[in-house]
Amino acid sequence: MKIINLIRLAMKALQRNKLRALLTMLGIIIGVASVITMMSIGEGSKQSISASLSSMGSNMITIMPYSNEPGGARMMGSNIKVLTIKDVDAIQKDAPAVARISPLASSSGQSIHGAANWPTSIQGVSPDYLEIRKLSVKEGILFSNQDVRTSAKVCLLGKTVVDNLFPNGEDPIGQIIRFGKIPFQVIGVLNAKGQSNFGQDQDDIIIAPYTTIQKRVLSSIYFNSIYASATSEDASDDAVSQVSAILRDTHRLRQGQEDDFQVRTQAELMTMMNSTSSMMTALLTAVASISLVIGGIGIMNIMYVSVTERTREIGLRMSIGARGVDILLQFLIEAVMISITGGVIGVILGVTAAIVLPAMLHWPTVISESSIVISFLVCAVTGIFFGYYPALKAAGLDPIEALRYE
Amino acid sequence: MSHKILEIQNVKREFKMGTEIVRALKGVSFDVQTGEFVTIMGSSGSGKTTLLNMLGCLDQPTEGIYMLDKVNVKDLSRDELARLRNTKIGFVFQAYNLLPRTTALENVELPLMYNPAIGTKERKERAIAALQAVKLDGRFDHTPNQLSGGQQQRVAIARALVNEPVMILADEATGNLDTRTSYEIMALMQELNQQGKTIVFVTHEPDIASFSTRTVMLRDGRVQKDSPNVNIRSAREALSSLPEADDY
Repeated sequence: MKIINLIRLAMKALQRNKLRALLTMLGIIIGVASVITMMSIGEGSKQSISASLSSMGSNMITIMPYSNEPGGARMMGSNIKVLTIKDVDAIQKDAPAVARISPLASSSGQSIHGAANWPTSIQGVSPDYLEIRKLSVKEGILFSNQDVRTSAKVCLLGKTVVDNLFPNGEDPIGQIIRFGKIPFQVIGVLNAKGQSNFGQDQDDIIIAPYTTIQKRVLSSIYFNSIYASATSEDASDDAVSQVSAILRDTHRLRQGQEDDFQVRTQAELMTMMNSTSSMMTALLTAVASISLVIGGIGIMNIMYVSVTERTREIGLRMSIGARGVDILLQFLIEAVMISITGGVIGVILGVTAAIVLPAMLHWPTVISESSIVISFLVCAVTGIFFGYYPALKAAGLDPIEALRYE
Repeated sequence: MSHKILEIQNVKREFKMGTEIVRALKGVSFDVQTGEFVTIMGSSGSGKTTLLNMLGCLDQPTEGIYMLDKVNVKDLSRDELARLRNTKIGFVFQAYNLLPRTTALENVELPLMYNPAIGTKERKERAIAALQAVKLDGRFDHTPNQLSGGQQQRVAIARALVNEPVMILADEATGNLDTRTSYEIMALMQELNQQGKTIVFVTHEPDIASFSTRTVMLRDGRVQKDSPNVNIRSAREALSSLPEADDY
């Protein structure tokens, strides 16, 4: 029989049992819809992670103290005192792949203005820091290198700090605030950046020259960390190796001795975060795929029922000249039609869910064409795979027995 | 200008039932010429059904030769048998075996669907012609449950005719019908026979056999009697001699 006639035949058979066909499709519909939704949620969160990471500076490099000495009480990385201005100067001088560099000496404490106070952290940095972290000044000015040299008591406030110290909306610029006991003059306000990926409020900061923090707040010559930016994203790896070599030299580490610092790029962080979210996506997709398999088994079940129900019809068709392959194709096409129709409905539902979810739950979703194509193909394969055995059973029937089947 | 359409020589058919071998046919021989109307009779267990399956190319003999229109059926594959059934044989069953919820026209078109040589247009034309031949004009769009038993059997006969077979093979085709309708069907069969169709009619009713030109009696897997009918009754006359239907 011609394929077009077989397709017409299958459509008629499905129309006759609309409810049954729909219920059979349900497994496939749910499977496909959830695969597409899960994959678009996964893709969406992956993209939002990389977007916010690159908003933190895509070629940013962080250098932190690190100790892996066996034995003894291990210390928190930021408490290990190894990074000094010598390192910063050496990197600035000898690492061509590094564009900008800023040390970071931070301290947390209470900021006070008049009757208002707010617990926050103050970050002592160089003017390059803003460029590296993609921060920008909203009002006022940034402190200069001159301020750094003179350890000037000036600062810039993040939006959260402004909101809490100046609750009545007065202009903070020019005002004097205190951090702990040290008075700072506010010379600028930073643009709001919102939350980071880790749920940290990136606007809850005060920025001041690092010399001021080192001398007046921490009384220390060490830095918590050093931030740098590579000349380009591609140069990140070069920058890391150059920085590592320079630091090993300035820290006088012998061959075979472990680094007392670690250098991280944003790219690494991105890979790490992406692998986490990829794993989650894979997991969710696997769960969703199970329902696709169950849907396939449902199709198989119904096709077996259908073959038994229509044994006489099969016998008749054989007696008037249907070959085994005609019967096989008839049932196979019916199964594939069920699964593909289910697939189409599933794709529509999945895409709808992926569009509606961000609006309702504020989950970022990105619909990937590949997920649609893949789940659609899987559907067709499911139909063929699970439809094949019942169809084979039908094709293998003995026409004599099938004709007399009650 | 008649020639042998069926040639059966010493056909045997054995079935294995567990350890026992059942001999359903123990050497049957007869020929059928074109234009004959043969009834095959026999009580149950006589090998009637086995012979019918064989004649219909649904089954193959264990031994012996079965030539259908000069083709030896014994050596054919499943698919070749299907092709043979499609082009050379028109089946009429006791239970009509029409596809439910499918119109008369589509039911009649069915055998042609399995013949790739015939296109959509020709298929429809031939199905309409076949339905007209069994006098079912104006019932093309009726589904089986909208038709009476006699009408359903007419659709089945039209389906058997549509592929222009060399032989119509009827299996107790009147078994489910009352006397009047049976006679109507037999009248139709006789008419088709007069138009030159070869008909092999399997039945156990002697009454029905009297409408044919020849009777083959089977008994215990062998031909007991094979004789031309002397007094061929006309189904049309038998129909008019029936009392007026006043019981319903």
